[in-house]
Amino acid sequence: MAVSTLQAINLSRNFGGNHAVSDVSFNLEKGEVLGFLGPNGAGKSTTMRMLTGNLAPSDGSVQICGFDMVNEPKKAKEMIGYLPEMRPLYKELTVDEFLTIAARFHKVESSKISKAVEVAKDKCGLGHMSKRLIENLSNGYQQRVGIAQAIIHEPEIVILDEPTVGLDPIQIREIRNLIKEIGKKHSVILSTHILPEVEMVCDRVQIIDKGSLVFNGSIDDLKQQRRGNKLLVGFTKTPTKKVLTEISGVTQVDILDNAMCRIHFKEKYLPAEEIVALAVKNKWGLFHIAPDITSLEDIFVQLTQIKK
Amino acid sequence: MIINIARKELKSLFASPMGWIILALLMFGFGFLYLDGVNKYFEVMSGSIRPAERQGITIFVGQNVYGAANFLMTVAIPILTMRLISEERRSQTLPFLFSAPISLTEIVVGKFLGMVIFLGILVLYIFIMLSSMNIWADIDFGYLIGNSFGLMLLIGSFCALGIYFSSLTSQPIIAAISTFIALFAMVIFGNFTASDPTHWFNHISMSKHFQSFTRGVIDTSDVVYFMLFIVTFITLTIRRLDSDRLTG
Repeated sequence: MAVSTLQAINLSRNFGGNHAVSDVSFNLEKGEVLGFLGPNGAGKSTTMRMLTGNLAPSDGSVQICGFDMVNEPKKAKEMIGYLPEMRPLYKELTVDEFLTIAARFHKVESSKISKAVEVAKDKCGLGHMSKRLIENLSNGYQQRVGIAQAIIHEPEIVILDEPTVGLDPIQIREIRNLIKEIGKKHSVILSTHILPEVEMVCDRVQIIDKGSLVFNGSIDDLKQQRRGNKLLVGFTKTPTKKVLTEISGVTQVDILDNAMCRIHFKEKYLPAEEIVALAVKNKWGLFHIAPDITSLEDIFVQLTQIKK
Repeated sequence: MIINIARKELKSLFASPMGWIILALLMFGFGFLYLDGVNKYFEVMSGSIRPAERQGITIFVGQNVYGAANFLMTVAIPILTMRLISEERRSQTLPFLFSAPISLTEIVVGKFLGMVIFLGILVLYIFIMLSSMNIWADIDFGYLIGNSFGLMLLIGSFCALGIYFSSLTSQPIIAAISTFIALFAMVIFGNFTASDPTHWFNHISMSKHFQSFTRGVIDTSDVVYFMLFIVTFITLTIRRLDSDRLTG
């Protein structure tokens, strides 16, 4: 039985007359990594600010492990570690000083602070940076300090707002691994607009567009939507459509401009082997055969445009 | 938790050269006033023959030092308080405080307290400096304690005003300038109506309330005045930060 640690109930937020977020409800379960996906300006950051008590919702409520964010903010905030989009670091301090302060502010017992700082540094690979000023750290390391700050008090829920923005590919990979690691112990909410990231890291995905949720499901559902029953095949001497359509299971053949064919087939059939056999027999010059995957971008665009 | 915020504030002050420089300059200023006071004392007293003209050294030097404090503080405090909140606003570190289990009141009072403790070092230094006269003369410690208390209250009020202006903007410099103007006005206020001591201006003028301390008098109405001033501006700062959360 999964225990839900965070509940957002009908969250709405208006700025002036603009509905930045309207009527967003969801649950976060213990030990789950939830990806929060959406184009720029969709309301991701606003939602996160409301979840962490940085912004009062116009309507609706947030429950953190049963504590209401409005009525018992201190108890609710104790359960959360938050890394906003602009990482809040006191750059004039060293890594150790900053993490000690973070631990103190999050009510870690004073006897356990130095242990907590060590553990957080260890998890984020900051061990050898202890005495460095945060100002002098590279972008990636500053981001790690930001994450260390969010997990230092072993919160139930870690909320990370676009944690990989502006990092180089190696750093991104490291941060992703770190997030996966964190996800084993804590519930994580991760916002991003980088699609493959979600697939790599998250268990469940929510897509938000123009302030409302347009998709909420497991990562497998999303993958299922991507695959479909299609093959992308390339021949140097492309046979006629008719020949290909005669293969058992094939429903439709599209010849694409770059000498490739997209072959649609029925569920439960797998015509790949037959295509290869025919290609070898008739010397069609087969050079490519692979399942045709709809890109995440396409699905994303489809989903975010449904409402239009 | 308040004390943790104050500790953080002190750490930040001493982590940059700014805190050290201001403290050093202020100590130099007060040290100079003290030396000047002692020198003048001998000049003036050697000229005054009749006993009625004579004055104790504590009051003479004390007035020279404490009397100038409000002007020195008017310049120094805006520079110190300007970054309290506006710097956090500018470098976007406020969410760090807001998402920790700390109330807004604790944040503001903690920052205020950190600043007051920092300047308390200075008040203590002045006290020790003036006490050193005790080696050659018999000085009036009551007068010094009364003055130190008054100076702490003055510093508290200035800091409260400074933190409020700092919460209004994300540009520390603007906070500093507006704090300076407001403090300067508070200090010179009373001079406009110097001829009429019963004018209501005198009741709200800060320098008038501070003056009774420099005479060595602790008047409860002055204490209440400073306390109310501090509480008002701290409350306004809390309200200001709360409206951030409400309006975004």
